[in-house]
Parts: sequence; C-alpha cells; structure tokens
Amino acid sequence: MGQKMLMKGNEAIAEAAIQAGCRFFFGYPITPQNQIPEYMSKRLPKVEGGCFLQAESEVAAINMVYGAAGAGARVMTSSSSPGISLKQEGISYIVGAELPCVIVNMVRGGPGLGSIQPAQSDYYQSTRGGGHGDYRMLVLAPSSVQEAVELTQKAFDLADKYRNPVLIMGDGLIGQMMEPVEMPEYVKPELPEKTWAATGWKPGCGRDRAIINSLYIDPNVLEQHNRKLFAKYAVMEQEECRWQEEMTDDADYVIVAYGTTARIARSAMRKLRENGIKVGLIRPITLWPFPNAPIQKAAEHAKAFLTVEMSMGQMVDDVRLAVNGKKPVEFYGRTGGIVPTVREIVEQIENMAKEAK
Amino acid sequence: MAVVYEKTKMLTDKPLHYCPGCTHGIIHRLVAEAIDELGVQDKAIGVAPVGCAVFAYDYFNCDMMEAAHGRAPAVATGCKRVNPNNVVFTYQGDGDLASIGAAEITHAATRGENITVIFVNNAIYGMTGGQMAPTTLPGQVTTTSPYGRDPNHCGYPIRVSEMLATLDGPAYIARVSVHDVKHIMEAKKAIKKAFQMQIEGKGFALVEVLSSCPTNWGMTPQEALKWLQENMIPQYPLGVKKEVE
Amino acid sequence: MAKLTIATEICKGCGLCADVCPKKLLALSHDINSKGYHPIAITDQEKCIGCAFCARMCPDAVIKVEK
Repeated sequence: MGQKMLMKGNEAIAEAAIQAGCRFFFGYPITPQNQIPEYMSKRLPKVEGGCFLQAESEVAAINMVYGAAGAGARVMTSSSSPGISLKQEGISYIVGAELPCVIVNMVRGGPGLGSIQPAQSDYYQSTRGGGHGDYRMLVLAPSSVQEAVELTQKAFDLADKYRNPVLIMGDGLIGQMMEPVEMPEYVKPELPEKTWAATGWKPGCGRDRAIINSLYIDPNVLEQHNRKLFAKYAVMEQEECRWQEEMTDDADYVIVAYGTTARIARSAMRKLRENGIKVGLIRPITLWPFPNAPIQKAAEHAKAFLTVEMSMGQMVDDVRLAVNGKKPVEFYGRTGGIVPTVREIVEQIENMAKEAK
Repeated sequence: MAVVYEKTKMLTDKPLHYCPGCTHGIIHRLVAEAIDELGVQDKAIGVAPVGCAVFAYDYFNCDMMEAAHGRAPAVATGCKRVNPNNVVFTYQGDGDLASIGAAEITHAATRGENITVIFVNNAIYGMTGGQMAPTTLPGQVTTTSPYGRDPNHCGYPIRVSEMLATLDGPAYIARVSVHDVKHIMEAKKAIKKAFQMQIEGKGFALVEVLSSCPTNWGMTPQEALKWLQENMIPQYPLGVKKEVE
Repeated sequence: MAKLTIATEICKGCGLCADVCPKKLLALSHDINSKGYHPIAITDQEKCIGCAFCARMCPDAVIKVEK
C-alpha cells in the first residue's frame, strides 16, 4: 500500500472496506453500483474469514447485514436509490437495534425507476432517517475517489463507535469515475468491545443474554430508547460534523454544494474569481450532521448563498435553516441524471451579482 | 424420587404470553428441549419472527435476535455466515414465513443455508387478530375472509414443506403436528433431527409444525386440536418430505 | 405412586392436560390464580402413574413429574 493506483470509485470503496476489516458483504445488483458487489465477490473469498453473498433482494441483503452486525462483524452493503428505498425497513430496524454497519448509496435519478445517471435526489431520504420512525444516520458524501476511500474506512469506525449505521452517499459519478487513489494503511482506533453481540451464551459466561432487538412494547421504555438514541445523535452533531471551506473569508457569494456538484462548483468559483466576483465554497462532507457552523459564519458577511444540487432542491432547505433568513439563499439544480455545468453555475452567480447592483 | 419430566432450563422463567391452549408453548418447549439435549445452549442463537412469537427472545434461554416480518432466514444467514459454529435457528409463523417472507425462506433453502427453521402453521394471522394467512384452508372463515376463503378469488393455501422439498438445497424437511402426545413426541424427534443436521453441517433443515389458534379460530383449545386433526392434516399431510443422507 | 408439581400461578386453565391423562386424574380447580384462571389440579395423587402425558401436552410447562 501507499502507492497510487488508478481505480474506479466503486472498486476503491470496496477495497477500502476490506482494508478496514470488513469481511462480510451482502448485496444485490443495481446500476450504478455493481462494481462494489462484483469486486467484493472476487476479493472477499480470498481474504481470511471473508464472505460475499448475493442476496435474493435488497430487502434480504439488509437483513443479512442485520444478522451479521448483530453477530459482531464488520459488514457492508451497497445499492442505488430504488434499492436503498427497499432497504429502508431494514435500516430502521438496524438503527433501532443499535447495530453498526456501512451502507453505500450510489444515487441515481428518481422518482421510481428514474434513470441510471447520477443524481443527488436522495438527500432528504438519507439525512432524515429514510425509513419509519425517528432516527438519524451519519451520512458521508465524498467528492473524489480518494475521499471515498478515506470516508469508507472512517465509516466503519464511526459505525462501531456509535453503534449506528453510516451511509456513504455517492452520486453515481463518484462510483463510476476513475481517479488515482492511494490506499491508506488502515489503523483501527480504540473502540468499545462488542459485548452486546449475539455469539452464544450460557449461564455464568460473564455477560447477559444478548437480545438484538428493536421492539419496545412499553411506551415508556420506547420513549426512553428514543431519547437515548437522540442523546447519541447529539454527540454525533458535536463531534462528527465535517466540511470543507474554500475562499469563504472574503466571499460575497457562497456556493454550497457536495459530492460531484462541489467539484463543478469549485471550477465555477475559480472562473468567477478570475472575473472579479468574490465567490467562496462550502462543501458539506457530512450531510448529517449538517455543517451549520460555517454557513452561519459566512452569513455574517456574504451577500447571498447559492446551493447547487443534482436535484430539484433538497439540501437547500438545510442551508436556509442554517442561514435563518439573514441572507438570500438561491438554488440551482439539474435533475434526471443531468450534471450541472461550470458555465451554468457561473451564470447563476453573475445574475445574482447583477441583481444586487 | 426421580424426575420424569420438568421444564427445560433452555426456557427462561418468563411466563409465556400466549393464549390459553395455544400450541406455541408446546413447540417452544420442544425446540428448547432439543437444544438442551444436544448440549448446544452456549452455541444457540434464535431468530424471532413478527407474529405471535415476536417475544420468543424473552423465552428461549440463549442469545436471540428479533427480525423484521418475514426476514428471519436472512437475519439467520448473516448471523450464521459470521459465526458458522453457532447453532442458528428461526422460529416463524405462516404469515411471516409463507407470505411476506416467501422469498427469504425459499432462497435460504435453495442456498442450503446451514440453519434450522421451525415453521409454525396455524392457518391464520394470530397476533394481528385472525386475518387470512397463505395457509388458511379453502372455506375457512377469518376476519379478512368473512365468507370463507374462496380459492377462485384469493387462491389456494401453500404447502410450504412440499414446495421447498422440490429444491436441491435443503437437507431435511418434515411436517409434524402437536395435536396429541404421540404427535408431540414425533414432532420433538423431527425438531431434534433438524438441529442435528445443522450441527453435522448437512445444511438447511425445516420442520413445519401444524398448530392451533383457539382464540382466532373461535374454538375451545380442545375443539381447536380436533379441528386441526380433521381439517389441517388432510390439507397438509404429515411426514418427512426430504432428507439427505 | 408418582408426584405431580403444578405451577398453578402460570397455569392458564386450558385443560389440554386433563384430556390426555389416561387415568383422568386432572380437573380445573375451583381456586383462581392471580391471572384470573382456574388452574389445573390433580384429583387423586395416589392413582397417578407418572406417564407425564400431561406435562408433555401442557403449552405452559406448568407440570413437573416425579416418580
């Protein structure tokens, strides 16, 4: 390791997971994430203790993840939007039972069967829980293959730390594109032992019987459980929020964008700076918890914000919540699998600057 | 004085929540006794369903997982693949296994997943209040087939054991009943065998247990067992449907 | 003679044990347990042969049999 390789995003994520100690993968084919299960099916049988299994459906796959995570393993599944919708029931159970796992969503266009082209229209679903009930997942949104690798490894640690699923939200492009990537040497941090896992019990073995469960029939107990989960989410909000800021200090206009869109926004920002418009970029890396702090800070001096997404406008709601009416928040989005261009974003900001004058 | 019969330590002290005369309790006991007698309590991991047996994790005195409706075979698969030395079993009703979980059970069976499945067939949805199940008999009245199940309208009951026995994957499939002591003893033998198969690494084993639901059938426990014997057994013939050497 | 020990508190009075007793020695008691059920009781302990049919039939593992 340590040397640069040219890898497809999906394959790099799969290899990063194996490096991070993931030995179990349960998946189901769907475009544009197929290289993850394909890579896992090739690699995992060659890794000691590794097991790849193609499930009969996304529903089965996520429940296999539940069983494997409940048995204490590092486990992953991946899918793309319609498949992630199918997994939502299982994800809700996994959260309820406080099981760690990593889920990858290479988002494609929707609604329905939509398209197989990249999109970011699963933002609401990802950041608001997605399934039934009151819950959150950590949502990590890489904008390069290298970052996908690093975040995938981090995802396993975070999942174990919080006993909560972590979602890697790619946008199709991240999965499909090839970039040079350096596989970092994974060093496992100190994490709590999985004494809660179901691995076999007998009286006097030194722990209570493990019961992996999300059913709390007593309303008081369930409320207590939900409060416990939310106390955990509060810690995540404190500790795990990640973002990248570029040239925001003197920016009159701040673009907020994540994933692939952030790369395009960065090019637009540079172009606009060349044209004399002071533009900055805030790129959320965690979509949940959402990086409110840098946006609030920028709202002190910026004239306006532009949120760019490959959707009809979802993250823009969070940006508006963070800005809280202090400054205008505009939105520019393309959908259906269409990726916004640098030129389009430049025009948006130029129009905003013109209107301001 | 020697003990002829007492409650196995593989059941916890928690009183069962089942209705009076419900045969779930008998089947729980048979499963627990089988695990105890095979000496694998410390390896056993049970997967509870959604349905009347949803609280099974309170009763089986081993590590347990509670699965989403119908997904127990997938959960058991994940668990077993991680720790192949564990003795993993699911306990599922007919709505759970034969309706919403038809895909999961079929694929666990065809993979020859080395798990033990206890399938409790009482021809009705018990927990939700007596709705029609995939195993409800033609003509049987339930809360969602108030005029009796009409096969022309909603199809025929599924014979799960026969269906799964057509697959190459399973190692052992049997249908038993618990309507009297003789059949309970036979059921016990089959359940024990199904665990034995797993321990020996032979693969997927399923025991379908014909069971009663006095409450939702609207019968006394005694009438229910008689009804089971007279109506269910002709529809669901008892016996070993598949067994590999 | 055999001895039956009946955990009357967890008995639900379904009576399935009474039906399978070859000597017909079991009947519901007039007492009521804390759950509101009439638990099963043995009418003549002396005549019990300790076959344990009752215990094997019981859905609630109420009966212990010694001989």
